[in-house]
Amino acid sequence: METIDDTRKTTAGPKPKRYVIDLTVNGDPRTVVVKGNALLVNVLRDELDLTGTKKGCELGDCGSCTVLLDGIPVDACLVLALEADGCDIVTIEGVAAHGELDRLQATFVDKAAVQCGYCTPGMILSAKALLTKNPHPTEPEIRAAIAGNLCRCTGYVNIVKAIAAAAEIETAATESGEAR
Amino acid sequence: MSETVKQDHAVIGKSVPKIDGREKVTGAARYTADLKFPNMLFGKILTSPFAHARIISIDTSEAEKIPGVRAVITHKDAPTLKYGISPARWDENIFCIDTVKFVGDKVAAVACIDEQTCYKALAAIKVEYEELPAVLDPLHATDEDQPQIHPEFVRNINAEIHQDFGDVEAAFKDAHYVRTDTFVGNRTYQTPIEPHTATSMWDGEKLTVYSSTQSPHYFQYYIAREFGLPMGDVRVLKTYVGGGFGGKLEPTGLEFGGAILAKITGRPVKMFYDRAEMFAHNRGRHRQYMTITSGVDKDGKILGVHADFVMDGGAYTSLGIATAYYAGAMLTLTYEFDNFRFDMLRVYTNLPACGAQRGHGAPQPRYAFEAHLDNIAKDLDIDPMDIRILNARRPNTTTPNEFLVNSCEMKACLEKAREISGWDEKKGNLPKGRGIGVATGSFVSGAGYPIYRTDLPHAAAMIKVGEDGTAATLYTGATDIGQGSDTVLCQMAAEAMGYTYEQMKIVAADTETTPHDFGAYASRQTLMSGAAVKQAGEEVKAQMLEIAAEMLDFPAVDLDIREGKVFSPGNASVTLTFEEVARHFFVNRGPLVGKGSYTPPKLGGKFKGAAVGTSPAYSFAAQVSEVEIDEETGEINVLDVWDVHDCGTVINPALLEAQVHGALFMGLGESIWEEVKFDDKGRILNPNLSEYRIPTAVDMPVVHSALVDSYEPAGPWGVKEVGEGATLPTMGCFRNAIFDAMGVSINSLPLGYEKVWRALKERREEGPAE
Ligand code: FES
Ligand code: FES
Repeated sequence: METIDDTRKTTAGPKPKRYVIDLTVNGDPRTVVVKGNALLVNVLRDELDLTGTKKGCELGDCGSCTVLLDGIPVDACLVLALEADGCDIVTIEGVAAHGELDRLQATFVDKAAVQCGYCTPGMILSAKALLTKNPHPTEPEIRAAIAGNLCRCTGYVNIVKAIAAAAEIETAATESGEAR
Repeated sequence: MSETVKQDHAVIGKSVPKIDGREKVTGAARYTADLKFPNMLFGKILTSPFAHARIISIDTSEAEKIPGVRAVITHKDAPTLKYGISPARWDENIFCIDTVKFVGDKVAAVACIDEQTCYKALAAIKVEYEELPAVLDPLHATDEDQPQIHPEFVRNINAEIHQDFGDVEAAFKDAHYVRTDTFVGNRTYQTPIEPHTATSMWDGEKLTVYSSTQSPHYFQYYIAREFGLPMGDVRVLKTYVGGGFGGKLEPTGLEFGGAILAKITGRPVKMFYDRAEMFAHNRGRHRQYMTITSGVDKDGKILGVHADFVMDGGAYTSLGIATAYYAGAMLTLTYEFDNFRFDMLRVYTNLPACGAQRGHGAPQPRYAFEAHLDNIAKDLDIDPMDIRILNARRPNTTTPNEFLVNSCEMKACLEKAREISGWDEKKGNLPKGRGIGVATGSFVSGAGYPIYRTDLPHAAAMIKVGEDGTAATLYTGATDIGQGSDTVLCQMAAEAMGYTYEQMKIVAADTETTPHDFGAYASRQTLMSGAAVKQAGEEVKAQMLEIAAEMLDFPAVDLDIREGKVFSPGNASVTLTFEEVARHFFVNRGPLVGKGSYTPPKLGGKFKGAAVGTSPAYSFAAQVSEVEIDEETGEINVLDVWDVHDCGTVINPALLEAQVHGALFMGLGESIWEEVKFDDKGRILNPNLSEYRIPTAVDMPVVHSALVDSYEPAGPWGVKEVGEGATLPTMGCFRNAIFDAMGVSINSLPLGYEKVWRALKERREEGPAE
């Protein structure tokens, strides 16, 4: 990793070091210059304008900032940008290919799994990681995979249904809607 | 049931996908915090570390010297006019002047070139305080020796309510059985996943504020008032909002402070709360202390009820006057009784201000009443389901506090819940440790009166059909905060116009481009905004028919439009497309526009507070839940919940069901885990999402939701609310299921594993019972 060492002094003391990092984000090669304490979530949102990644707590509690780091779902608010140097990152903007919704995105719309939508990007990425690893999960496996993604609107019922539909599995326990 | 239920609709009644679904699943949807403006600054608020303290001095000079700090402001830079959302009690200042009244009260604010510099600047502001004794216990807030929080509110009484209907004393005297119970609620927080954000900017004398708001209108009104601006010079708009649940109904320091910072710096300023600041700003659910006495006859018929409550309002009024009235007013809805007395004290404390959370003041009293009713049923050896069916409100009745109830399928909801939950097979026959409980709820479909006094219509809408008729845009001030109003209103517009949902576009919740609407609160939009939209759609349709009649040389009365086709029901050869007619209209007459507005009828009685709780229509619901209790640990495992709703005609069944899930889930959290806790200095102990425990995906029970047929004459196409009503029965329902399982009554919220464990332990120590 290249470091930009700036020896000039500022009134507040020596200038902090800057680092040049290389990321692959949704397939695009990106080079950014960051401070040592820069968080991945802020680099994605503020530097790369990928605001689909949300911030709900900045403490690793809500999962809104979930992205895939070399295929693993992580809370981007807990990852230093430096740690992501050389990594492959997928954000929600990279899930649909060529304007075609990914199957999970389509089932989220279909099953009314989206309300305010704030948790949705993180949810979809957690689900994506699950289905990549385990294409036919059980319902408890689905629930466990999104247990770190908080949603305040849906009660998770339709989210679980959407993930199950994308995985083409039956979920007895989410059966509902005996409407009329 | 009503004939009209069977109406054949083309667009409404269908689970069309949400209009914003694609944007939200691709990450394209922009929320306020995602917006960037050229030259934008970042702003933060400095808040009080003390629950109650006098401000001796504020020194901002060091902060101002930090490179990158563009403005530092205090009360000296702000209007001193007090504000609040309840006009009866404007008691907040943009920045505190003499005293701070809770940990988190606003003291100063900064605008800087980036977020990091904001924190440096905040740390460099020197505030000297003289700490004062604080009022932290609401039950003692009115004691003579307690410090006074607001000089103008003697003994810290923010609101005092005494309402008396019928003759409660006589009812108790005539009663076969009278029982009193006391319950305590919990302080909970709405916890939307999106933190509040507001970005303010000026263009000369005009202020524009992008905000994560539930009501651009109230924001516009109160911001204009505070700064002495004409409303026309204040534009408030939202992009997407990441949930509100009542917490984003009133303007905050982010809007007021941001406007001042933007004015001083001449640059857009983005202000935002972090999660801990959201908890401190609060405006969540009031903790209520509820004593209820009821008298019943020997069959369990309720003769009279006395509700005697105290609620902890926190340091400011917020929407709390309405909350205080709602707490009692909504108790009269689900069961019929003639005699009702309601006493309430809303007290100030040096804690974060409470406001309107989903269900407003009603859920905790509902929990208390449903628990109390089960106690009575048990004492009289009546099945809890039977006592509810016996007392269930009937349609076309009036409550003792003069709410007119049109459609009401309370009894049908209970009967259906009984059937689908297998109540009769389960009650008394469940294995050890398992129990089943039932509770009811009812909520307004929009408040009968606005928050401040005005004769503006409650909702208005405008539809503009494109020049070639291939698209139509609905302009509405209604505010979609996730519940799906944009979708539902577009369905309604298309239905009324004879158009298709797929061709609808929407512009919503922007005070400059969209017609006035009060926004998202009190479950009002489907009925009220919907009524305005229907009228606008019908106006488009009428104009279309008139010109189609000319084009076809056919009487307009024999023509109809449906799903984009103009046709004659009696003559199959007569047909035109919507596009052809709309284009012809535009070419010959100019823009094709329809408009509508809605004002509810005059509602309610003449007594003090009569307006609160009035509504054109009320939803009703019954819930049954089955729980399993671990006797060793007290763990509460909710296995199944059956929710049966009477919400009138359904516009979008999938979205409606999703509302039920969400409301139930919020009720589940509040019932079992959620509670904002404080230390003995009034500091929040759990202002984060790991220690303030909202349910996760592994906590949800199996949800079965069902509807009963109903048609509401006061609503467009017979609609009424669902979004809040489903929160109401849940807490009482779980309490009653635990009561059934273990025979112990948990008299405070959250019900909590530890409380169950302690109650079981206590009972064991008292020796074998029953
Ligand atoms: S913002 Fe990263 S987990 Fe909440
Ligand atoms: S849809 Fe609103 S937080 Fe999940």
